[in-house]
Amino acid sequence: MEDFTEPIVQIRQLTKSYRRGGQIISVLTNISFDINSGEFIALMGPSGSGKSTLLNLIAGIDKPDSGSLKVNGRDIATLSEADLADWRAANVGFIFQFYNLMPVLTAFENVELPLLLTRLSRDQRQERVELALSMVGLTDRVEHYPSELSGGQQQRVAIARAFITDPVILVADEPTGDLDRASADDILAMLQRLNREMGKTIIMVTHDPYAAKSAHSIRHLEKGELDVTNQ
Amino acid sequence: MYISIPLSYIWRNLIARKLTTLLTAGGMALVVFVFATVLMLEEGLRKTLVETGSPDNVIITRRSAGTEVQSVVDRDQAAIVENQPEVAYSTNGLRLASKETIVLISLAKRSSDKASNVLIRGVGQKGIELRPQVEIVEGRMFRPGSTEIIAGKSVAERYYGAGIGETLRFGQREWTVVGIMDAGKTGFDSEIWGDVDQLMQTFRRPVYSSVILKLNDPAAFSALKTRIETDPRLTLEVKLESVFYAEQSQLLANFIRYLGMMLSIIFSIGAIIGAMITMYASVANRATEIGTMRALGFRRNNILSAFLLEALMLGAAGGVVGLVLASFMQFFTISTMNWQSFSELAFSFTLNIAIITKSLAFALIMGGVGGFLPAARAAGLNIVDSLRAV
Repeated sequence: MEDFTEPIVQIRQLTKSYRRGGQIISVLTNISFDINSGEFIALMGPSGSGKSTLLNLIAGIDKPDSGSLKVNGRDIATLSEADLADWRAANVGFIFQFYNLMPVLTAFENVELPLLLTRLSRDQRQERVELALSMVGLTDRVEHYPSELSGGQQQRVAIARAFITDPVILVADEPTGDLDRASADDILAMLQRLNREMGKTIIMVTHDPYAAKSAHSIRHLEKGELDVTNQ
Repeated sequence: MYISIPLSYIWRNLIARKLTTLLTAGGMALVVFVFATVLMLEEGLRKTLVETGSPDNVIITRRSAGTEVQSVVDRDQAAIVENQPEVAYSTNGLRLASKETIVLISLAKRSSDKASNVLIRGVGQKGIELRPQVEIVEGRMFRPGSTEIIAGKSVAERYYGAGIGETLRFGQREWTVVGIMDAGKTGFDSEIWGDVDQLMQTFRRPVYSSVILKLNDPAAFSALKTRIETDPRLTLEVKLESVFYAEQSQLLANFIRYLGMMLSIIFSIGAIIGAMITMYASVANRATEIGTMRALGFRRNNILSAFLLEALMLGAAGGVVGLVLASFMQFFTISTMNWQSFSELAFSFTLNIAIITKSLAFALIMGGVGGFLPAARAAGLNIVDSLRAV
């Protein structure tokens, strides 16, 4: 096990609810926990347990009702929408279940997309994208469109897109949920490598206990609360 | 405007949805076609009539007559006008003035056998010299004192008996066409010219319709105008020929413009709604992509700009196609009744930079208006909700 010293994510008394048809549905209730820098954690729990909501809050694409949520020392719950967008661009890498690649852009262009929000020159971007695609083993698929790639290859493009900006945390929502076992193994190995070799903190939501085994630790959510008996 | 989202993403999305893009841009192209065609029609009419007049020529008609057809200038008055000091001299020492008479006759069209009014202009010796844009392109000038006539190119092409060597019968006499004049697509192309004295005799007219003269100095116009219009012997009105013809074009040009603009506006509403539906569909189909881009750090205004730009590109595509189609209209010449002279006037659709600019701006406005609400919806999407829309 690695030595995790500094908590990179500090969650205190986090509460989130949704309004649906006039009813308020509580999704997360008083969640508090830390994630250390360089940690690879899996968030598990049944459907509707609030694990994806928690991931969205940590990733800064949703806002809590109350509580504090510090990522890399910054309370992101207080950031304005525009600041939050800039913060995400610099600090978070996203990996989705269905890859979420832009179908009209090539693998290269998809990976380059987050870099368009940086001040990097075209040459610098090209250099980084080529390196990222070689790290995920897709050097020969640079000019392919997503529809020309297999599910596993598309997820590899998505992973390259996620780490291209060298973010502090990587959030993955069911990254293997749409893949066959071989491709899923491939993707999980890649996430482990990113964690081990590049020191990326990874928070992964998954249903799959097999996938969760790749993580250093597993947090279970049950009806919007951390299941402390099952950690 | 800093967009961030690559242009390739925007235009490739348009290309990816080939059919809807084609139909939407096609709808806009048709509207731009109508819009540009109307402007070209108006410009063609304006150009034809305005360029008929020369800027240093003066036309004198009866006060308040408005048109030459309604005007009467008797011989004494014409003589006084002709001898004003502001009138230029030609190289052979004669005054550069032409006392003219206008007669309308009915001729049958070669295309439809239907009769239409054609304007016959009796001109003086200096009549052609006063109009440098008029050139005899076939045959020769009519001989003064004869029943020879020359026909404008457009008349010669469109009416029986008006071609070179052919004869026309009017005023109980036979008139031979001895020349064809090309007036550079001005109103004179729709006229037949003959000797003024012969025509007055034939039609038993004791008076002229107008007097055209060239100024020795364009600056002398107001002095001449004041003197003639205040002379108690004369009941005449003095106008620059270019102004006179511009006024003649106004009624018809305004009618074409208002009718055309009304049509364009009504059609454009349809095209805007079409663009709006297309763009709304595009936003709905790409909700996940929008959510993903927002998650990656693109801001709401990046999304707004991207979708707005996509709609503007649709508009621009429609504009270009519409203009290309409209440009083919330049090959057509149409004729219509000029209500001010009650005679047929032939003119062509004329395209110029101003019309191109206006049409493209119109197309972009259609795209922009059609695209704004969908773009605003795209920008307003909640990230989590749109990511769920897989």
